[in-house]
Amino acid sequence: MKGIKFKNLYAHIILISISLLSIFPFIWLISTSLKGNSENIFAYPPQIIPSDFTWANYSGVWDKVDFIGYFINSMIVAGGTVVLNLILSAMAGYPLARMEFKGKKITFFAVLATIMIPFQAIMLPVYLITIKLHLIDTVSNFAGFMGLIMPFAVNAFGIFLMRQAFLGIPREMEEAAIVDGCNVWQVFWKVLMPMVKPSLAVLAIFTFIGSWGEFLWPSIVLTKEAMYTLPVGVNNLQGMFSSNWRFIAAGSILSTIPILIFFLAMQRYFISGENEGAVKG
Amino acid sequence: MFKYYGKLAPYLFLLPAAIVLVIFFFIPFFQTFALSFLDYSKDIYNPAFIGIDNYIKLFNNPVFYKVMWNTFIYLFVAVPVLAILPLFLAILINQKIKGVTLYKILIYLPVIVSIVVAAIAFKWLYADQGILNYIVNSLGFESIGWLTDPKYALYSVIIVTIWKGIGYYMIIYLAALMSVPKELYEACEIDGANFLTKHLTVTVPHIMPTIALVTTISAISAMKVFAEIYVMTKGGPLNSSKTIVYYIYERAFENLDLGFASAMAVVLLVIVMVFSLINILCFERNKYQI
Repeated sequence: MKGIKFKNLYAHIILISISLLSIFPFIWLISTSLKGNSENIFAYPPQIIPSDFTWANYSGVWDKVDFIGYFINSMIVAGGTVVLNLILSAMAGYPLARMEFKGKKITFFAVLATIMIPFQAIMLPVYLITIKLHLIDTVSNFAGFMGLIMPFAVNAFGIFLMRQAFLGIPREMEEAAIVDGCNVWQVFWKVLMPMVKPSLAVLAIFTFIGSWGEFLWPSIVLTKEAMYTLPVGVNNLQGMFSSNWRFIAAGSILSTIPILIFFLAMQRYFISGENEGAVKG
Repeated sequence: MFKYYGKLAPYLFLLPAAIVLVIFFFIPFFQTFALSFLDYSKDIYNPAFIGIDNYIKLFNNPVFYKVMWNTFIYLFVAVPVLAILPLFLAILINQKIKGVTLYKILIYLPVIVSIVVAAIAFKWLYADQGILNYIVNSLGFESIGWLTDPKYALYSVIIVTIWKGIGYYMIIYLAALMSVPKELYEACEIDGANFLTKHLTVTVPHIMPTIALVTTISAISAMKVFAEIYVMTKGGPLNSSKTIVYYIYERAFENLDLGFASAMAVVLLVIVMVFSLINILCFERNKYQI
């Protein structure tokens, strides 16, 4: 008994250290963001607790940067990406799970093949195509949002996740619905979709997180500051406030609050380990 | 079972996803190869066909070799750490100790926070008169140019990638650990095995497929790093932290040399496809049921 406790003590020490390392960069950023102008942020030794405590950096950066605008843009992009992913993945996953048709094998492998294609390697043609389709913010804000959303509107992970979900539903459900006079669309929409809600939730949450954090694509296609999503806007703080680390820190922390709330509310989906397959494109 | 759907139904259901995949995956895939044979550097609106000249230019460019070497270092450092450290943490957390959920949340936090914010936070830690140099100084060493010294910049960026990945892979390992039969550990304990031998003889062999999976996915994501570099170093100083994706971005969107950038993209494509193929064929067969 004594031995077990001793072993756990070491485990706790290691886990506490790693936990602290995981959050320390944020703690230090928060600390800096709360220091007033009279306090040297480069002081040796570094002070975690601000001696000249102030919220002024937050109000200062809030006045100069349109965080609400960035937040709304991010919501539109992430929301649109989630809705399209749910509908398109479910629609494509359904026949792959439940129907017999010519070309099913080829379709299956074509979808599987897209997993091997990294977006970063094909982004140049994607950019040219997006411009050709006029899905760019110089045309209109709507076109700009479409340009941010459409390349990520569906992917193989989502399709396979939904296919898997449909495979798990007993066939009697469809038979009963057909006997009741449903057509194929109604079977899909009214009978099967409610039954795969847990998978839809997983897909929605991970698509949302992925889209919310996306940085490379928006920083390529966006031209107007009014269209910036949060990551692009936060990166832009560095240019705006070049060496004003108090403001940069405050802005970075502000931008993190929404996703932090989302994570804490949905944490069981992330840390339960049941859904690892759906993450990361 | 009777067929309750029309001949066209499966195709109609597949159509919306197919349109997106064709326009934003398959056409760009083939176009990447096509672009790599064009010269955009003289007239961006009328690229000329130049055969394999972009590849010749690429393979004669010392920056290409620097970038490939940096990417290799990235893999060589980040992948082993991300395959081993999260496993170790998962084993510790899996021992039914108190505070498991809190540990998991805190260690997972870097995964969900925007990479841009993470990179800014580290840039601040790495500042010339920053907190890390304070620690280095108090240990009696000279300040380090974490992001400004070509010797260290790449490793400083790699640390951020590792820091942001630990929680993600730890959760994958935790899920795998649940499948290890408890009796095996009990047998081990009766034999008097210590912590290390117990896990080396039972845990590691049992979850080998997951270790291999984590190795390949962390390798694939290390091939694709961009934001850390863009925010912290812009590939510098002296190309010392430039990796493949940043180089593609720079040549395409700063030098507007899309042909050259596409040749680089083809190199990335080939490497990632090899990794992915290994991954799918060896470790994820069950997931896709092939």
